[in-house]
Amino acid sequence: MKAKKECIAMLLAGGQGSRLKALTQTVAKPAVPFGGKYRIIDFPLSNCINSGIDTVGVLTQYQPLVLNEYVGNGQPWDLDRTYGGVSILPPYQAEDSADWYKGTANAIYQNLRFIERYDPEYVLILSGDHIYTMDYGKMLTFHRKNDADCTIAVINVPKEDVSRFGILSADAEGRITKFEEKPKVSESTTASMGIYIFSRRKLFSYLKADAEDPESANDFGKNVIPAMLRAGERMFAYPFEGYWKDVGTLGSLWEANMDLLDNSKTPIRLSDSNRRIFSRSTVSPPHYVADGAVVENSILTDGDVIRGKVVNSVLSPDVTVEEGAEVTDSVIMGSSVIRSGARVRYSIVDSHAVIGKNAVIGEDRALSPDVTLIGAHVEIPEGETVRGGEIRSRKKEASV
Amino acid sequence: MNAVGIIFSNIHDQSIPDMTRKRTMASVPFGCRYRLIDFPLSNFVNSNITNVGVITHYNYQSLMDHIGTGKDWDLARRHGGIKILPPYISAFDNTVANGFYTTRLEALAGILNFLTKAKEEYAVLSDCDTICNIDLNEVFRFHQQKEADVTAVAKRVDLLRSLAGKQTVLADDGEGRVTDIAEQTSDMTGSRLVYMNIMILRRDYLLSLVLDAIAHGYKDLFRDLLEKKLTSDRIFVFEHKGFHLSVNSTADYFSGNMCLLREEVRRNLLTVPGRPIYTKVRNSTPTRYSSGAKVSNSLLADGCVIEGTVENSIIFRGVHVSEGCVVRNSILMQDTYCGKNTRLNCVITDKDVFIGDGCDLSGHETRPFYLEKGARI
Repeated sequence: MKAKKECIAMLLAGGQGSRLKALTQTVAKPAVPFGGKYRIIDFPLSNCINSGIDTVGVLTQYQPLVLNEYVGNGQPWDLDRTYGGVSILPPYQAEDSADWYKGTANAIYQNLRFIERYDPEYVLILSGDHIYTMDYGKMLTFHRKNDADCTIAVINVPKEDVSRFGILSADAEGRITKFEEKPKVSESTTASMGIYIFSRRKLFSYLKADAEDPESANDFGKNVIPAMLRAGERMFAYPFEGYWKDVGTLGSLWEANMDLLDNSKTPIRLSDSNRRIFSRSTVSPPHYVADGAVVENSILTDGDVIRGKVVNSVLSPDVTVEEGAEVTDSVIMGSSVIRSGARVRYSIVDSHAVIGKNAVIGEDRALSPDVTLIGAHVEIPEGETVRGGEIRSRKKEASV
Repeated sequence: MNAVGIIFSNIHDQSIPDMTRKRTMASVPFGCRYRLIDFPLSNFVNSNITNVGVITHYNYQSLMDHIGTGKDWDLARRHGGIKILPPYISAFDNTVANGFYTTRLEALAGILNFLTKAKEEYAVLSDCDTICNIDLNEVFRFHQQKEADVTAVAKRVDLLRSLAGKQTVLADDGEGRVTDIAEQTSDMTGSRLVYMNIMILRRDYLLSLVLDAIAHGYKDLFRDLLEKKLTSDRIFVFEHKGFHLSVNSTADYFSGNMCLLREEVRRNLLTVPGRPIYTKVRNSTPTRYSSGAKVSNSLLADGCVIEGTVENSIIFRGVHVSEGCVVRNSILMQDTYCGKNTRLNCVITDKDVFIGDGCDLSGHETRPFYLEKGARI
């Protein structure tokens, strides 16, 4: 008989992330590149292994090709285990039905049998759209100490942002007294981080009840959590202090990248050996900085070739910046080429894009209404101007 | 190619004694993120040779650490994959010396079992100090087309007197058939074919050579065997036209690293389409440049923090160059720390070297100043 697992993680990675626009045209949000050599999903996966959780189900649905290939057998995260490890869980055809995942709760509900195989006491629910490092083990200790049925990790957010989050109130012991999903206004600024620990038996019974309710949207925030609270279950808020960034929009993804360049913000320490973020590496040579090149306050990685100027920017592997080209305040993803004389400012350039000679992409941050986006595989012709805040992407048929 | 690959990890250790005191030639760091064995290993893998034995002798802990399961070269296989073949001493054998070898032929005798058990029809032998990106399938086609018994890979170079005694010079009949094999002597000059320590032959032919050597006490593959078979057997030389570098001295090691700063060298060695050079994944962070960083004509690995000036240098993973520090014409290996306002010129630091604030260290390109692993200044 196999040893049971105390706690396993279920990572919701099926969302489209439509607010990331062209970036998620052909990849799921958790597979969007971040910080030079990472993808968003590296953060929850690395947090799991660093917290001693070695069994992770990754629930995929939207554009899973890149994500599946990236996660693979889980080896970069030490999650290639004979028992446990990482498993990709796509929607499937069952004996009497075949359903897409209708909501976050439904996605877990359709995989109850996966959870049962490991007979865990606790189930950790994660999402794939945040940049943070966290020891889930401490949260689990908190959950056990409170003899809780559900623990929700929470963080304080600015008052104007409450409408983007599940907002809750808790008493002095941390017991949750009120929960509102995305309220217009709220007294409380304690926001749910979308990280839940459930005691397995409670989770199962509420998910089964939720599945039988035809009115339900099958969503944790909208349905399951409020139902548990109404029934008076023991629900606790676990306060998290530290860097946590939602990267659901182009602006916030850009900011999170820039935060890596700002020591004063002390964001996640990528180099911290105890909280190391693991990623699947590309096979690329070291990066080369040529005579006459300028690289200031930036992040470079393997395979980059810099002959121009790179300031306040984050570059993924195999990016080429030709002579006389200038990249400022920008995020350039893998294998893109910035031709000579081109200027890229306050932009995100997705992978395999080509910025033609002397093209002008975006405007200074102070002047531009929003971050400019050049989609994957887009070729900007020589001398063209792409205005600040504009989005260029490949046509749908071309992307197939 | 249906061949078993054999890599000699210790041969020529004495060429760069400083760096091989505590490691094999195979695990000598090179080019920011590689070890020398990455080149023969990647050449094998890129030519579909996936059953590889690495013959080693002493100091092989760092080699085993580097190779691990072989996963990073895609050589963690159910069938074949990579095997490290250390010497062994049998239980009832009192002559300890039996377990060790001094020449290539004795090394092969030590792995007779491995060679016999392999199922591949051919064998490819390669040393570690032969740095190139070569399509072995092309050599194999040549080998078959010539109906050769042995094909040695060589590069045509102008002989340098300083390398006398360190290289094998081949002569051919103009059609590739070897007519003479000789150790380079000081009177040899001009452009000659120099053996690159890579060889293809049938496995059963190799076995017959090894058994012959054991039977007659032969020590030297070329001297005692191949030289005498030049007329009876078909021994050919394949001329490699691409980039090749061998490491015969510390100065060679220094200039070899430095030549990676030339684009055509990187194109010929590191970025050949379809033939990547694999190495151990270290999971470093990306490299961070601060506002005061000034970097020119340099090659840098991941995981570094650059706050000072770096010129014409090779910077390995996890190196820290502090504010006001100036690094010129130097090779800084993994996790070297350079303090504030420190100046380095023609310096090679081995792994984990710590150089405090305000130091001024300099060597010359022919005599680079070498700091051993873990040194603190």
